[in-house]
Amino acid sequence: MAQDQETGPRTEAEGALEPVAAGQGAETLHTETGAAYKAEDGGGTFPPFDPSTYPSQLLWLAITFGLLYYLMSKVALPRISDILEVRRDRIADDIAEAERLKRETDDAIAAYEQALAEAKSKAHAIAQDTRKSIGTEIEEKRKAIDAENAEKMAEAEKRIDATRETALENVSEIAVDATQAIVKQLIGGRTAKKDIEAAVSSALRG
Amino acid sequence: MAIDPIKQFEIKEILSLGEIGGADIALTNSGLFMILTTAAVTAFLMLATSGRTLVPSRWQSIAELCYEFVAKMLRDAAGTEGMRFFPFVFSLFMFVLFANLFGMFPYFFTVTSHIVVTFALAMLVISTVIIYGCMKHGFGFLKLFAPEGVPAPILPMVVVIEVISFLSRPVSLSVRLFANMLAGHITLKVFASFVVSMSALGFAGWLGAILPLTMTVAMTALEFLVSFLQAYVFAVLTCMYLNDALHPSH
Repeated sequence: MAQDQETGPRTEAEGALEPVAAGQGAETLHTETGAAYKAEDGGGTFPPFDPSTYPSQLLWLAITFGLLYYLMSKVALPRISDILEVRRDRIADDIAEAERLKRETDDAIAAYEQALAEAKSKAHAIAQDTRKSIGTEIEEKRKAIDAENAEKMAEAEKRIDATRETALENVSEIAVDATQAIVKQLIGGRTAKKDIEAAVSSALRG
Repeated sequence: MAIDPIKQFEIKEILSLGEIGGADIALTNSGLFMILTTAAVTAFLMLATSGRTLVPSRWQSIAELCYEFVAKMLRDAAGTEGMRFFPFVFSLFMFVLFANLFGMFPYFFTVTSHIVVTFALAMLVISTVIIYGCMKHGFGFLKLFAPEGVPAPILPMVVVIEVISFLSRPVSLSVRLFANMLAGHITLKVFASFVVSMSALGFAGWLGAILPLTMTVAMTALEFLVSFLQAYVFAVLTCMYLNDALHPSH
């Protein structure tokens, strides 16, 4: 669009400048320097100030520069700007994609960390529960064992008591027998068994 | 002296095309090199970008570099509106640059060493500025000659100065390029001819020729720089003048 607008003034400009350049401006320059050079060297004018070459140069300049302008504006520059545009788009796309991926990664990391925290707290709770249940179980078992032990102990004590009782009974019997024998040896005769028993039991108690 | 430093600027007729309005029209060496310049610029850009690759090849990067160099130059000087002149400025820059660089080859003709060519290009620029400025702003374009904020008493003087500076633009634009190319080539030729004429004198001449030879080599490098620089200056000034057409009230 911009190029089309440009073409108008440019071609007009080119048409306008030719008479100016070929006409007065450069020709006045020629008469001074060209003459000096001619006088010095003897052959030809100083080439850049030789107006007879101007029409050809201007014609070829108009043709070549016009062609160059056309080729640049229609072919070469759109092509390069296309390449640059594609690259800019591609880079922008890639950056957007990278950003998206980074966001996804961040989300994934956050999710992972949350899951990790949840798992940790769950594990903690499970451990707590287990510890508690094991504790009560142990306690129960301990109580049961304690009760059993107490029972057994009571039983044993009873048994010990019984045994001691029997033992004591045996002891008084043995003591009566021994006393009877001793008394017999010492005083002779027979002593009433009842008296001995009473004596022994009082001695044992005392 | 056998070597004439002016001879390289001679226009030689290759093919006569007859007469138009009393003027001889012919294909000359100048015309031939204009054709070569156009062909070289076009071929360079088309071949370099033929791959259209996303990651540019070396040649494609050079073409893209040229594009972005001129585009930035124009955008900086004349703003985004100035981009409508982009093909014009780009063509000018490439044409002058390639014409200048072609001149650096021995025996090649330098198109831009002729005032008529540079003056025609300068007039093309100025005509574009005037025509576009008048089309877009009408009489507002004349504000170009009356800068804002100038006190009324000195305004006439400023206007006169502005008009003179505007009129001298095509002259300075064309003479700068023409004179640089002309002077550079003459200097090169003179130094190079010293080498030839001194080395003809025998051993002492050989020794003496070292200095002009060094100068010739150094001047050649300098001329390459000047070739680029003058094309750049021409394009930058074009951008600035186009900016005047787009925004006359500066």
